[in-house]
Amino acid sequence: MTATIEKPLTRNMPPDGTPLDLRSYEQAGGYQAIRKVLSGGMTPKGVTDEVKDANLRGRGGAGFQTGLKWSFVPLGKDVPNPTYLVVNADEMEPGTFKDRLLMERDPHQLIEGTIVAGFAIEADIAYIFLRGEYTLSAERLSRAIAEAYEGHYLGKNILGSGYSLELYLHLSGGRYMCGEETGLLNALEGKRANPRSKPPFPPVVGLFGKPTVVNNVETLCCVPHIINHGAAWFRGLGRTKDAGTKLFGASGKVKRPGLWELPMGTTVREILEEYAGGMRDGVKFRGLLPGGASTDFIVEEDLDTPMDFSAMEKVGSRMGTGTMIVLDDKTCPVGMTWNLTQFFAQESCGFCTPCWSGLGWAERILKSMEDGRGQPGDLDKLAFQAKMWNPGNTFCALAPGAAEPLQSALKHFHDDFERHISEHRCPWR
Amino acid sequence: MLTAEEINEIEAEAAHYPKRDALCIDALKIVQRHRGWVSDESLRDIAEHLGMSATDVDSVATFYNLIFRKPVGRHVIMVCDSVSCWIMGYERMRTHLRERLGIDHGETTPDNRFTLLPIVCLGCCDHAPAMMVDSDLHSDLDPQKIDTELERYK
Repeated sequence: MTATIEKPLTRNMPPDGTPLDLRSYEQAGGYQAIRKVLSGGMTPKGVTDEVKDANLRGRGGAGFQTGLKWSFVPLGKDVPNPTYLVVNADEMEPGTFKDRLLMERDPHQLIEGTIVAGFAIEADIAYIFLRGEYTLSAERLSRAIAEAYEGHYLGKNILGSGYSLELYLHLSGGRYMCGEETGLLNALEGKRANPRSKPPFPPVVGLFGKPTVVNNVETLCCVPHIINHGAAWFRGLGRTKDAGTKLFGASGKVKRPGLWELPMGTTVREILEEYAGGMRDGVKFRGLLPGGASTDFIVEEDLDTPMDFSAMEKVGSRMGTGTMIVLDDKTCPVGMTWNLTQFFAQESCGFCTPCWSGLGWAERILKSMEDGRGQPGDLDKLAFQAKMWNPGNTFCALAPGAAEPLQSALKHFHDDFERHISEHRCPWR
Repeated sequence: MLTAEEINEIEAEAAHYPKRDALCIDALKIVQRHRGWVSDESLRDIAEHLGMSATDVDSVATFYNLIFRKPVGRHVIMVCDSVSCWIMGYERMRTHLRERLGIDHGETTPDNRFTLLPIVCLGCCDHAPAMMVDSDLHSDLDPQKIDTELERYK
């Protein structure tokens, strides 16, 4: 049976758009991973080792080894309580719409993954940090959490195992910074979502100063399946060495914008042409951001690259969240870069100078180009800014993320930038 | 003064956190849900209830874009201005809303019916352009669909 499961994350979702309730989830084999872990004699370290062996990498965009992250949490009786697990459900990366599907359509899958992960790190309390705009996710998760408590999958002494976990849903007050690991922890503590200096890292000093793991929604949804079917099965789902399936998406002027669960390592071209149906009639492909706003543009020559963490890095980009944003020839690449930079400038928390100062500066230059007021030398200024935002100059990844679309747009669409300056107008307007 | 109902709702959240000040975002959202926005007076009441300074609470309130420190209309329209919606026609939607309602981002109609605000990516990129009205998501927008949807909000 295991061999035939190709789409573990989405296969149980009812086609009518409703969520899987507790009974249907159990009938589909749900909460078996919990039973296996709690009554099958698995140790927390055993669970972590299985996830490590499965080569599960973080689906929030950074691709960090999930099992390795868990292994940094101190275990045992001497650890000061509580240990926290935080589900990063603050899906705010522009162009990303994958976690919403998982929460709206199969909320128990996320809850089960949270409990298994909680067991692995000996967590006492878990929070789902959900963005405030995801009102349907909030409604369905609240109901599912209540059902899980009634089913004794949450709370004290889960299924009589001696393991206890409380799970709370926290709705964010807004801001992209809340999706950043340490910004999120500050937000949960009721503070501004500024990033924290690292080290210490959250698995040692996290929420309220206690050991904390922050995992993305899609990452945790993979966990019950790894426990049920094993690490080797999970690795076998991927086409490349990055294991598992992945929710890939496409938006922009493609024929069928959407979201598909496919093997990790499916090529960009397959996703774009077979699943998204290629470009709409009357527009041509120019480039795409492979996984959200904070990834570098790739162009035609890179389309046969497998979508996984390692291969996308080799072509100078990142897989990020795996939901691609497609640029067509009727859309201005400078305008698109301006829109992206404006987003990052607006969402900067104001903590680090290259970010709060530089992003606004670049945004104003890009806007002036769009308005026909571009100056010779502007491109050098933009390139300089993008360099200033590179990793190491700021506390968190917001500015480095902003650098990715800008630096790659300057490279791939250089002539379009030049035309804005020489013609004193946006040729697309 | 916070109402008994507001205090009850805030205290129901209190059990979820080990510290009182961690409640402040929840408290701001609860008060806003009842009153539409967070006035200076509400802010001071929340601060007093949680044992925090009003300045600390305001530094939090002004950081988060879903907390309103100015009055809003009966319905809040939040139009997604992020990249996928921008490609798919955000600027046309914004122009249409501006012309139809006679207000720009950050403003409220004179009859107090609508406040118009921009919002970052709503995670609805495969059905762009998108907007939220109060807690409802509206997608695959065009000017005509916007007109129809807005009729539902009186």
